[in-house]
Amino acid sequence: MNELQELYQQVIIDHNHNPRNFHEIEHPSHSAKGHNPLCGDKIDIYLTIKENIITEVSFMGSGCAISKASSSLMTEALIGKTVTEAQKLFDSVHNMITSGKADAEDIGKLAVLSGVHKFPARVKCAILPWHTMKNALEKKTQTAITE
Amino acid sequence: MSKFDVNKIRSDFPVFTDKSLVYLDSAATTQKPKQVIDAVSDFYSNYYANVHRGIYELSMKATEAYHSARQKVANFINSSDWRSIVFTGGTTESINLVAYSWARKNLKTGDEILITEMEHHSNIVPWQLVAKETGVILKYIPINTNGTLDLSNIDELLTNKTKLVSVIHQSNVFGTINPIKKIITHAKRVNALTFIDAAQSITHSQVDVQDLDCDFLAFSGHKMLGPTGIGVLYGKPELLDSMTPFMGGGDMINSVTMTKSTWNDIPYKFEAGTPNIAQAIGLGAAIDYINEIGISNIHKYIQHLLNIALEKLRAIDKLTIYGHQVGESSSVISFNLEGVHPHDLAQFLDQDGIAVRAGHHCAQPIMDKLGVSSTIRASFYLYNTEKEIDKLCANLIKTAKFFKGL
Repeated sequence: MNELQELYQQVIIDHNHNPRNFHEIEHPSHSAKGHNPLCGDKIDIYLTIKENIITEVSFMGSGCAISKASSSLMTEALIGKTVTEAQKLFDSVHNMITSGKADAEDIGKLAVLSGVHKFPARVKCAILPWHTMKNALEKKTQTAITE
Repeated sequence: MSKFDVNKIRSDFPVFTDKSLVYLDSAATTQKPKQVIDAVSDFYSNYYANVHRGIYELSMKATEAYHSARQKVANFINSSDWRSIVFTGGTTESINLVAYSWARKNLKTGDEILITEMEHHSNIVPWQLVAKETGVILKYIPINTNGTLDLSNIDELLTNKTKLVSVIHQSNVFGTINPIKKIITHAKRVNALTFIDAAQSITHSQVDVQDLDCDFLAFSGHKMLGPTGIGVLYGKPELLDSMTPFMGGGDMINSVTMTKSTWNDIPYKFEAGTPNIAQAIGLGAAIDYINEIGISNIHKYIQHLLNIALEKLRAIDKLTIYGHQVGESSSVISFNLEGVHPHDLAQFLDQDGIAVRAGHHCAQPIMDKLGVSSTIRASFYLYNTEKEIDKLCANLIKTAKFFKGL
């Protein structure tokens, strides 16, 4: 198996085919849009935050397998987390995707995304949902891009 | 096909000493033959100097080579007057030059510019900027989902307010070759000026500005075997002459005093500062190279590749080709493979040395029309082979299996 096939392993392909929490939330407390102008990928992130806890999170949009799987895995990882924990997880994922090191405590299942750093052109695909989520948490109104 | 020896051609391109490379992105930019690289290197090594200034021999030699490149461009597009050839940085700059020096100066609120939904962003955005600043209305000739222009309402779209019609000759997404002669004829009925974006078509078809009778035409050096940083704006001399300068600076003036300046003659009026001399010389060498092989031979060969590629791609399950259904088209093929996002697909093809483009190809309005966010684009030029098409197809099938099978 080569590096690319290693990256596109079962988990990524599975989340690409059957994305989790892939729907709109009608009245989210937080939401944001993300766009990768390079490839045209678009994503919407929806969150319901109650008493500082993320109780609901979902996404919509079109993207490649990496961005879709990253979004899907992100929604699973965020449920039940506090806003501070979610922000910390953003940093952990960001570090992992740019360095390849999956050693942060909170990474868990998200470690499957660590291989992305070997493909610099794809880092933006993996990180877009996370930037969008961060914008949603911070109530930023502009569309997230990954520059 | 007897005169056309693709192996001999490939041996002219240093990049192909890497035997594993399958380069299918010539619509974005072409690889360079050693004749072009050597011409640029020879200039820098043996007779480098600034142009139009020196009394000394080196400068005269450089000026001569720069002028000779301009003459080669004029001959290549059958312009009888070298003054009609303005060197720019590329097609984008050529379009912006006309947007600044002609459109902004001559158009007023309510005037109309007609372009098409098939345009590259470079032939949309400059006119949007003009529209925003001047109140000019930007209108679009629609496209059909089969990748052709819908010209059924052209005479309604063209009104006596239409001052400019700007159209892409060959689509960089579909490969469609547009009936520009017909569009130019229609535009003339309402006395609109015409601008042709020939960036794709110039590489393999005989673009004849006298036959077309267009007012402006633009293309880039780097898409036709030449260096980056050099492009051409063709304009009818009397029209160029009537226009105000684009950028101000050295070389574009006749005289400068503290209070006013007068302009140099065309084309120099539009070439402020030290021009891209080496790149122009490189473009001249690229034209020599194309002429040596013969533009019609190149055209025949890439049409042959196109037909083979279309046949083989159409045989692949769940592969959708955009365009190439009706009318004339050339060797640019956009497609999608069901179940595999273009970005993932391009990544897998790259793993086997196949370079294709994935994205919106600087034509987002087309993507909107097709209802897709992006496509894969494979484009062929004179150095590509049938074997490479086979390799592409085999890898597409392999990747589709990988995504399905896991």
